[in-house]
Amino acid sequence: MENVRVIARMDIKGPNLVKGIHLEGLRVLGKPEDFARYYYENGADELFYQDVVASLYERNSLHDIVSRTAKDSFIPLTVGGGIRSIDDIREVLRAGADKVCINTAAIRNPEFIRDAANKFGSSTIVVAIEAIRQPDGKYMAFVDNGREHTGVEVISWARRVEELGAGEIVITSVDREGTGKGYDIALTRSIARAVGVPVIAHGGPGKKEHFTDVLLEGKADAIAVASMIHYDLIAQQQSDMENRSEGNVSFLKSGRSSFGEIAPAGLIAIKQYLKESNIPCRN
Amino acid sequence: MSGKKIAIIDYKLGNLFSVRQACVYLGYDAVVTSEKDEVMKADFAILPGVGAFGDAMNNLEKLDLISPIKDYIRAGRPFMGVCLGLQLLFTESDEFGSHKGLNLIEGTVKKFPPKKTNDEVLKVPQIEWNNIWERADRRWESTPLGSCRSGDYMYFVHSFFVQPQSPDVVLSVTTYGETTYCSSVLQGNLFACQFHPEKSGHHGVGIYKNWLTNYSNNK
Repeated sequence: MENVRVIARMDIKGPNLVKGIHLEGLRVLGKPEDFARYYYENGADELFYQDVVASLYERNSLHDIVSRTAKDSFIPLTVGGGIRSIDDIREVLRAGADKVCINTAAIRNPEFIRDAANKFGSSTIVVAIEAIRQPDGKYMAFVDNGREHTGVEVISWARRVEELGAGEIVITSVDREGTGKGYDIALTRSIARAVGVPVIAHGGPGKKEHFTDVLLEGKADAIAVASMIHYDLIAQQQSDMENRSEGNVSFLKSGRSSFGEIAPAGLIAIKQYLKESNIPCRN
Repeated sequence: MSGKKIAIIDYKLGNLFSVRQACVYLGYDAVVTSEKDEVMKADFAILPGVGAFGDAMNNLEKLDLISPIKDYIRAGRPFMGVCLGLQLLFTESDEFGSHKGLNLIEGTVKKFPPKKTNDEVLKVPQIEWNNIWERADRRWESTPLGSCRSGDYMYFVHSFFVQPQSPDVVLSVTTYGETTYCSSVLQGNLFACQFHPEKSGHHGVGIYKNWLTNYSNNK
């Protein structure tokens, strides 16, 4: 088995790190660059920023956050959300991103993937596929954070995306996203088996066992983690504040009971668990 | 600021921001340039790059950078290649037909076989953190890898790997699937690595630091 990557996924709205369920119902967690910095220092293999409202309102607002992060975080940084043109890609890379993630624009115009890969190299182009399971068991691709149906079936789309030159594919289960019920193993496996490029599983982990499931059974090459590590960091900040017993912590305290099915875990603990499960990854 | 100047050679392929960022972080004056004069007057030169081998050689030729790079290296001045910048130093590559490289290190560039012997698919490109290993007969002490330990993880993104003719230039090896290959070379003033030190955390930035300070101290 090859080394797997653990990717810290951060959804961003305006200046804030947010987390939702099914990519909806967003909750503000803090400043993205603070979380990114902490994840960089604590074993993240990559950072992944997704502007979750960019393609809705057709705008790019991430550049300042990207620049501040790229200045002192020396690990790969992928940025997605509202990237529609070669110029958009150039600007995000110039701000300090290493890779860009495309979804909506790729579905609207698949040739955009080819142009982008020719211009910037396949390894710079990540394509995101947001999948929703249909009553007949098929998975269909959606855009705009699971809001808009595209009529595209995900496995054939994944193969097409690879042909067009994408270097990696992120497969998001919108059904599982933010729920803590675990990654969609069948979905991930079907994509990972269909293509020869690395596949990143995203959406759903609530406990550490979910990682081994999606890596061993789902055949993912990398895992994206959001809620579990965000909540772990927030819980840690809360206990720091309680120990110091100063300032108004009622806001943060109020969030503590609402982690739902998600058991917070830090990146170091997650990697330790992978090692114990004989899954190779960077220390 | 060290006062020393680094030229990061821009041949219009790939993203050079992060290489520059690592140099600036270490206090160096780093300029991204396609001008041969700027390259020639720099104290250090770095050839980075991601993308296709053939396009890269075409661009270097169009920008009239091939002879300046060769002159710079033959003059014994400090030169570092990263990723595609390592592969370009070799004699030739199999990437989409055969292409001639800069031929400063004898050897070829080959593609990873997509299948393992157990018939499992090997994902290509390799996009992962992987180990670099020291060889028994080539210690890292007082090389740019001097601050690394054998087995340290570095960040790799590539589909092709180099095969130097002389084993003496191989500084580290790495295994992907069933292929054990040369992941960095040191040949006199020429240091180059397949992984991205600028994307490999503190250990990686330390490689730039070693490379830059070893040479600064020797002068």
